Amino acid sequence: MNHPVVIVGASMGGLRTAESLRRFGYLGPITVIGEEAHKPYNRPPLSKDVLAEGVNHEAVAFEERAATADVNWVLGTRAVSVDTEHNTVIDSSDVIHPYSALVIATGLRPKRLNLANADLSGRFALRTLDDAIALREELKPGKDVVIVGGGFIGCEVAATASKLGCDVTVVHNASHPMLRPLGTELARQMQLRHEAEGVRFLLNRSVVGLVGERSIQEVQIDDGSTISCDVLVEAVGSHQNTEWLEMTNIDITDGVLVDSAMRALSTSGSVIPNVYAIGDVARFANPIFDDVPRRVEHWNIPTETAKRAASVIAAQLADGEKFVNLVNEQFKPVPSFWSDQYDVHLLAFGSLALADRATLVAGEVSGECVFEYHRGEDLVGVCGIGMRSVVQSYRAKFI
Amino acid sequence: MIKVEVDMTKCQHYGQCVFEAPDIFRLNSDDKLEYTAEADDSERANIEAAIDVCPMQAIRIVE
Repeated sequence: MNHPVVIVGASMGGLRTAESLRRFGYLGPITVIGEEAHKPYNRPPLSKDVLAEGVNHEAVAFEERAATADVNWVLGTRAVSVDTEHNTVIDSSDVIHPYSALVIATGLRPKRLNLANADLSGRFALRTLDDAIALREELKPGKDVVIVGGGFIGCEVAATASKLGCDVTVVHNASHPMLRPLGTELARQMQLRHEAEGVRFLLNRSVVGLVGERSIQEVQIDDGSTISCDVLVEAVGSHQNTEWLEMTNIDITDGVLVDSAMRALSTSGSVIPNVYAIGDVARFANPIFDDVPRRVEHWNIPTETAKRAASVIAAQLADGEKFVNLVNEQFKPVPSFWSDQYDVHLLAFGSLALADRATLVAGEVSGECVFEYHRGEDLVGVCGIGMRSVVQSYRAKFI
Repeated sequence: MIKVEVDMTKCQHYGQCVFEAPDIFRLNSDDKLEYTAEADDSERANIEAAIDVCPMQAIRIVE
């Protein structure tokens, strides 16, 4: 009997890999190992509906499809090591899983702040459903909520907490929230819209310490001031979950380096047989932009990379000529993200963070608008508030 | 035939589905989503791809 395809990571990327394997004709066994107790669910609602409306797993779970009804889910279990010579994974219950192909879909976990007095209660991060459920218990009207990090997650939590009646301050280490992806003009506009809803910003600042007895009462800012705080939300970026790969020769300098077929590469650049990586943790070059491998933390990338990896794995295991042709095909998914904050709905295509300038090309920045993002002469992204048809028309320019 | 259902209380009209199943989903002149509720079986793969890319996970195939 053939060994299963073993997928490590039971989030959207892992699920889409399993589904796509079936779609591409692979009928053999599939095992998915996941650290969380829950079956795959959609993470974007965690900063919105799950906090605001008290919905649970059922409301955010991905619908299960008949084709993947026989997948072996090993949940509440971590992969702790892999042997790429003997093609086995060992999990946290000491079970050995031989694989025909291994898909690394372990994603990210939140970075946490290095703080004075760090062991006080009242600190939260947001990545998992359990994180969101723990946080929402604290977001009561009148609570002082301090959010460290004014990226998309920090700003979405700020919007939700503000709507719930909390007193919200965002501490951010740049001159505007979401500055790096959006550019000054749009970032400044988003800040104004937050401020109109009562959110305060401490910009070019960081939190250095906590004050309190058992739970947080105040946070110390790096300018020497303190602000009142009941709930501290740390939204300061992520770590890649790659420690379990440290004993291999896979290149994990920044996530897992892969080729255009999502095959893991060694530190010397050679293909590691039967090992693939997808999603937030995969670092790959996208010919739309250049030949520099990058990790892309946009919601559509786990699905795009899962489909790519699954098509190659299905061809590899079918032992066809198709495999050779497939691995040589270009892979150039168009990154896309969106963000809902109050009644502001941002939609973007491309890779805005690569740009050196943003230009308003339609609408008014105070209302609905569209910005183009250029690196030198090249268009690398588009982002809009509203004006969907205009934003959408740009997608074809990247294909 | 396949029956398609979009939960319009969830849909935010991002229109990602339009790229995957253009014969089923479209944005109208007000940038709001419109769709064809009944589709031929040959559209199943496209509709499933549209379900995959829907940010709000608002699309379902009703079996």
